[in-house]
Amino acid sequence: MTVNPTDEFRAELCDWLEANCPQEMRDGAMTEDGICWGGKNWVFTSDAQKLWLERCAAKGYTVPTWPVEYGGAGLSRDQEKVFHEEMGRINARTPLQSFGIWMLGPALLHFGSHEQKLHYLPPIARGEIRWCQGYSEPGAGSDLANVQTRGEDKGDHWLINGQKIWTSYADKADWIFALVRTDREAPKHKGISFLLCDMEQPGVETRPIKMISGISPFCETFFTDAVIPKEQIVGEENKGWDVAKYLLTHEREMISGGGQGLGGGRALGAVLSDTMEEMGATLRADALRCEIDSLAIGLTLERYKDQSEAGQGAGDASAMLKYMGTELNKQRHELMMSAGGSDALEWDGPLGNRAGDWLRTKANSIEGGTSEVMLSIVSRRVLGLPA
Amino acid sequence: MTKLVMTEEETMLADMARGFLDGAAPVSKFREMRDVGQTFDRALWQEMADMGWAGVLVPEDAGGSDMGYAAANVIAQEMGKTLAVSPFISSAVIAATALRQVSDARAVEALGRIASGEATYALAVDEGIKFDPEATALQAKADGNGFRLNGKKQFVVDGALADRLLVLARTENGLTLFDIPADRAGVQRDASNMIDARDAARITFDDVEATGEDVLGAVDNAMQVLKPALQAGQAALAAEMTGLSAGAFDMTVGYLKERKQFGVEIGRFQALQHRAAHLWCEIEVTASAILNAGRMLDSDPEGAELAVSLAKARAIDTAKLAVIEGVQMHGGIGMTDAYDMGFYMKRARVGAEWLGDYSYHAEKIAAARGF
Ligand SMILES: Cc1cc2nc3c(=O)[nH]c(=O)nc-3n(C[C@H](O)[C@H](O)[C@H](O)COP(=O)(O)OP(=O)(O)OC[C@H]3O[C@@H](n4cnc5c(N)ncnc54)[C@H](O)[C@@H]3O)c2cc1C
Ligand SMILES: Cc1cc2nc3c(=O)[nH]c(=O)nc-3n(C[C@H](O)[C@H](O)[C@H](O)COP(=O)(O)OP(=O)(O)OC[C@H]3O[C@@H](n4cnc5c(N)ncnc54)[C@H](O)[C@@H]3O)c2cc1C
Repeated sequence: MTVNPTDEFRAELCDWLEANCPQEMRDGAMTEDGICWGGKNWVFTSDAQKLWLERCAAKGYTVPTWPVEYGGAGLSRDQEKVFHEEMGRINARTPLQSFGIWMLGPALLHFGSHEQKLHYLPPIARGEIRWCQGYSEPGAGSDLANVQTRGEDKGDHWLINGQKIWTSYADKADWIFALVRTDREAPKHKGISFLLCDMEQPGVETRPIKMISGISPFCETFFTDAVIPKEQIVGEENKGWDVAKYLLTHEREMISGGGQGLGGGRALGAVLSDTMEEMGATLRADALRCEIDSLAIGLTLERYKDQSEAGQGAGDASAMLKYMGTELNKQRHELMMSAGGSDALEWDGPLGNRAGDWLRTKANSIEGGTSEVMLSIVSRRVLGLPA
Repeated sequence: MTKLVMTEEETMLADMARGFLDGAAPVSKFREMRDVGQTFDRALWQEMADMGWAGVLVPEDAGGSDMGYAAANVIAQEMGKTLAVSPFISSAVIAATALRQVSDARAVEALGRIASGEATYALAVDEGIKFDPEATALQAKADGNGFRLNGKKQFVVDGALADRLLVLARTENGLTLFDIPADRAGVQRDASNMIDARDAARITFDDVEATGEDVLGAVDNAMQVLKPALQAGQAALAAEMTGLSAGAFDMTVGYLKERKQFGVEIGRFQALQHRAAHLWCEIEVTASAILNAGRMLDSDPEGAELAVSLAKARAIDTAKLAVIEGVQMHGGIGMTDAYDMGFYMKRARVGAEWLGDYSYHAEKIAAARGF
């Protein structure tokens, strides 16, 4: 009898998880800082959180599908599915999450040189360097290619001047990947470079902005004669738009999965079951419809992952995943608020931060490209309707 | 591990089916049938049988092609795109699945006749306005070694012209499924004049005799054979409706690129672009649920209930949106009988009711998901 390699992997993984996942890390992590974001400034919330990160990093399990030489575990898609199933089974916290993992990593794996990959990826995998995303500017939101932050060629480096906005966690990050205009004469998509910038220098300053949910997750980021050495460019000079777009497809897939992670991945029905009695028929029907859509969107995420493993990338369809996933997540949180009734109306009340979470989801259909922009992408690139 | 990607065989099957249906059963063919009140084309069904479609779920040793549920969904989906008329779901999917739960020689022979195209089936379940098998009241009273059936069925899809009927009846301690010829004495079939111009009937059973031989599966235990059959039928119908959605959508996007108002193609107006894009997203999401239902039926039929109801619920919602948007974005011409969009709308409405409506399947999902 031949042993199915996936089963073999599962057995090994189960043993490893049993021996290595601290009990405190088996609660699914429901709070904002329950999951480690890493970086030089990260303060571990417990010894267990630190231990869990170190153990996972040593196995490559913070970035399970990345190649082993860059800090990953080199898992296949089947193994990755098993990995998530088994992590889910013991309700293990994700050991590390970051923009480095979700966004920069995939872009570097695709566009970076071998040296860049060796230099930048392992510290991301180990949670040592935290990255933030410097795309948006006051005048460049949906019209992202209109970025005006400029890089002046100084031979071996660029001198950067300008302003970014809505930079999530810029105040906590160590490095920023930024879209910078390096050719002001070229058409707007053709004069942008994708640059990597160390934020620990006098020319980079951040100022937090408070959000409607009460927290300050994003910032204004100012560049005043900041220095970026020439080797810190991903892809070619003035061809940063290609890198930027590729990265966005990964960002969108990540954001679209948000609805699935809600309440530790539990069914909406289970999350709402406490108040099911008081909910009333209309609310129940709305919740049920939302649950149905949520299951189908979850399957669609799986389908696109399976397709991309089979060599058919999601490409422009990631706009669909982002649009459907984020609109659904907003809807789910509306239902959670209704189900919570007046208990949900207090900051840190009986339902914890339910109101804050609800308000935060309103950004899902804005960040990473708005719903309207997603629909325009589908309309143009998938349906072929005229611009 | 099963994957939510079409296999190479499935892609080939879909391409082949599309090629065949575009030639042999385009929407214009449906229109011709509708115009003369024809609800079944035996020659077309024979061609489908010859390609292995009628036997898609019939084991090979019984004469079938045994391609599985995901493949049946692929065929149904393609049929939906062109509104091809056939007893595929009633015979090749529902009846074949019911019969293959039973291993006696009679069932094997019946499966062979389905696969060859010789016999068509219809499933007689509904008695009220909604699908509710558990509420079946049609009586099958024990009479000597056999039974006598009395009662009424409605919305028996393919029922006016089918050769045989699967009849769900109440027996002393439960429900029993009978497999009888449609022309048995006491069976009176009245063809319904359906909005989708397909075959459906109201059927009266007046002291219809049935023997123990006619019982499919065990007495008082219909669900053992019927449940898998219903699930397979629901999944295939969901697939057909999703093909229908794609057909209506393609027509609509085609029209947006063609029709000019205000001096430009109306597809340039963002109000319409975003609605079309939204519809495409909904169809993509539903397509995942369809693929998943086929995979589950093939790999774990007993655990497929949630997947099947999810597919049917999503398919109903999506098809409704596709035809409403389809008519709306066509403007006045979408409202005309001469234009095909109305056909899609009417079939979508019939499909929404057959084998359980949105509420029916939503409640199954509610039970499975802790509501
Ligand atoms: C919580 C949060 C975190 C973020 N984090 C980051 C980050 O880390 N890094 C970063 O670079 N950016 C970040 N962003 C910025 C985000 O990417 C932008 O907010 C987004 O791209 C929209 O840009 P804008 O805010 O300028 O809105 P605008 O582009 O001004 O849009 C305003 C409205 O007009 C609509 N609109 C615009 N153009 C069109 C059109 N052509 N057709 C139809 N409708 C249109 C939009 O959909 C929107 O509804 C974040 C945003 C939020 C809310
Ligand atoms: C049952 C019925 C009865 C009628 N009776 C009469 C009658 O008695 N007398 C009479 O004169 N007319 C009558 N009409 C015609 C009716 O007024 C037109 O059908 C209507 O104005 C739409 O025009 P259209 O059919 O050419 O569609 P189109 O104008 O071609 O529109 C097609 C689609 O494009 C959309 N669209 C068009 N332009 C834009 C834009 N700029 N931005 C966004 N979307 C756009 C439309 O909303 C529609 O969804 C009738 C129509 C019907 C269906």
